[in-house]
Amino acid sequence: MAQAISPANIDNIPTIKISSPRDLEEYRQALLAASDPNAPRIVVCCGTGCQATGSVEVVEALKAAVEEAGWEGKVIPSLKKTGCHGFCSRGPLVIIEPMDLFYQRVKGSDAAEIVNLTLMKGEVIKRLQYKPADAKEPVAKSHDIPYYAKQTRIVLENIGKIDPFEIKDALVHGAYKSLAKALTEMSPAQVIEEVSISKLRGRGGGGFPTGLKWESCAKQAGTRYVICNADEGDPGAFMDRSLLEGDPHRVLEGMALTGYALGSHRGYVYCRAEYPLAVRTLTNAIRQAEELGLLGENILGTGFDFKLTISTGAGAFVCGESSALMSSLEGKVGRPRPKYIRSVEKGFRDSPSNLNNVETFANVPMIVEKGGEWYKSIGTERSTGTKVFALTGNVYNIGLVEVPMGTSLREIVYGIGGGIPNKKELKAVQTGGPSGGCIPIPKKFLDINVGFGKLAEVGSMMGSGGMIVMDEDTCMVEVARYFINFLVEESCGQCTPCREGLIRMVEILTRITKGQGREGDIEALQEIGEFTNNFSLCGLGTSAANPVFSTIKYFREEYEAHIYDKKCPAGVCKPLFHYEIDAEACTGCGLCRMKCPAKAIAGEKKKPHAIDQSLCIKCMECYRNCKFKSIRIL
Amino acid sequence: MSGTEVICQEIEVDYMLLDRIINDDFGGNREAMIMMMQAIQHNYRFLPEPALKYLSQTIGVPLTKIYEVATFYASFSLEPKGKHIVQVCTGTACHLKGSYRMVEHICERKGMEPGKTSEDMLLTLETVNCVGACAVAPVVVMDEKYYPKADIKTVNEFLDGLNAQ
Ligand SMILES: Cc1cc2nc3c(=O)[nH]c(=O)nc-3n(C[C@H](O)[C@H](O)[C@H](O)COP(=O)(O)O)c2cc1C
Ligand code: FES
Repeated sequence: MAQAISPANIDNIPTIKISSPRDLEEYRQALLAASDPNAPRIVVCCGTGCQATGSVEVVEALKAAVEEAGWEGKVIPSLKKTGCHGFCSRGPLVIIEPMDLFYQRVKGSDAAEIVNLTLMKGEVIKRLQYKPADAKEPVAKSHDIPYYAKQTRIVLENIGKIDPFEIKDALVHGAYKSLAKALTEMSPAQVIEEVSISKLRGRGGGGFPTGLKWESCAKQAGTRYVICNADEGDPGAFMDRSLLEGDPHRVLEGMALTGYALGSHRGYVYCRAEYPLAVRTLTNAIRQAEELGLLGENILGTGFDFKLTISTGAGAFVCGESSALMSSLEGKVGRPRPKYIRSVEKGFRDSPSNLNNVETFANVPMIVEKGGEWYKSIGTERSTGTKVFALTGNVYNIGLVEVPMGTSLREIVYGIGGGIPNKKELKAVQTGGPSGGCIPIPKKFLDINVGFGKLAEVGSMMGSGGMIVMDEDTCMVEVARYFINFLVEESCGQCTPCREGLIRMVEILTRITKGQGREGDIEALQEIGEFTNNFSLCGLGTSAANPVFSTIKYFREEYEAHIYDKKCPAGVCKPLFHYEIDAEACTGCGLCRMKCPAKAIAGEKKKPHAIDQSLCIKCMECYRNCKFKSIRIL
Repeated sequence: MSGTEVICQEIEVDYMLLDRIINDDFGGNREAMIMMMQAIQHNYRFLPEPALKYLSQTIGVPLTKIYEVATFYASFSLEPKGKHIVQVCTGTACHLKGSYRMVEHICERKGMEPGKTSEDMLLTLETVNCVGACAVAPVVVMDEKYYPKADIKTVNEFLDGLNAQ
């Protein structure tokens, strides 16, 4: 009987200390020779989204199914666990290589079929394929899926392809090439020059030109630090996390390149403690890179040292602010300090410190490899390159989206996001996190191009990349209350305008959402907001009123409905609405009666149902589930 | 609160363990204090006072400074947590999809507040900002297991299970 064939395997290549850039290339070639791109492979997404829907069980089941099957005369398929592929709403995702077959919403119970039909016989399992909402036939290959095909994935290029816990796999895909290039062919000044030419701007929110920041830090004397901001405080954004969990070496290489450019030998990654998987992935990545001589002392035998340490935060949004972050790195409370002390001069340990966001660092290797001119050709004149967005909320395709700067909101929400589910109307898109704003959509702003300037013009901001799509069932007053309430909890409390201004604003907003709004509330909100934004100490306070300003500016009539008519038109603020069943439209299907957790709905089959208002807890279950739109908000 | 006091007295702080955390894992470095405190909390599920006193003596940081850090950062708890932990995500995506309704419901059903522990020490209710699974919002994490697209029913089933124990 023919033997089963073990696949080519990079694990068989021993780990060595690489002592020159040339040896790195040789090592990479050896790894490439040991990896067969045409070998059968099952790739399972193990990003946080897919893990939440059960990808770990899928991996276990696939492993067992592969072991059970007989592979006589065939190559045994290998299993690979990767970081987040980005198409989170369809998870758990499984891709069968080399055919690039895309399976979605896979369960452990599908494993045997995948192995026995698809891998053994090459048969496609239709049930697991992805069919876009408006298409007749499913899309077979992951590369043809509109969600991916319409993106420009250059920062996310390797995520979903590589095993983030195996540096050899990253090397196969080109990791540390740029570092080797810079160390042999470029002076530190040239690295800064390329980054300046690229016009790369910080991805952490402020959009500060990265080249400029580096230049001013490189000029300082004494020990310099390179710090990576992986605090990702925006509640509802997960770009940085996916990068760290899916392709850690791209970020580490970017940091090492920054270290070389600035003449710094010490780097720190400040990561949220709420991201345990990111911390584990990074810790492992640093250890593996040090073993190979790609980080640590005498990198690639060139004499350049760069030592990296991970530090974890402890749950404070304000620690994403640069001076607060540095104080937290020192083991203290994270209270921001006035801006006139610049951290590029006096930051961590009172030494010159250069802080950049995770995604900013992830762009650097590419710029060094392909040049600033190449990078500049992507995006727009003032906002170059791509941006990764975490597209969430009321949109079909939820997940990570990377597009060139300047892409229209329409393309992101409809082209890539697939539009709004449940036949609802798009109402607003929120960007910029808690300090950003809501952009009203009703046709007006759908064609604006997403970039630093344009978003600020319409009263929002780029922020770090959270993009939340809101449909007609969203109450904008409540959204403003939500963000201000978030900031109340997160304000460090040391400066009065921020501490008191936020509390007063949330008091007024809460009152309005409870039906106790009064004349003058809108004006009071605007006045307090102006004061808070103008006189606070740090970026948290000086942008805190943005959610209030943008919702008042664009949705004033909704505030007025709450205050004067005591109505919440969107049906969110409980004291300000009730549900009624439209007897004309109700078919008596009974779905709402079955879904109601409060047993507040009664009615005979095929006869109009009715809601007992005294029992109704306004949980929205009936409204959400009714197929005939017969539940009215009154 | 009487329940809390009883539990406090039961906690025996293991000084060998504290030495391991403070000196072996973090080299007694004051800058790593936040991470030491996280490690302590990881072991005891809260920050016991004797452990903080010992930390203060060992790394030479005044106890007041340690309490300042413990109360500044949201993830530290000075009170013992319940046997089971329910975390409701109140990040933006989950909030929009009504996760606050689950918070309200648990509070009503158990007569407790977010961030607190039920009187029988069975349950701690926490609200967290984005657990990174926005695609399947609203998300609750109960005893470290993710429940995607959760609703009041999901939570009720879990709570019923606790009561049955
Ligand atoms: C309240 C507040 C929170 C912030 N949170 C983050 C964060 O979570 N991640 C981040 O990269 N930048 C955050 N920033 C921006 C940082 O202060 C800083 O501008 C950024 O990390 C610099 O890196 P960049 O130039 O690469 O964007 C925050 C700023 C403020 C004022
Ligand atoms: S907002 Fe809840 S998982 Fe992101």
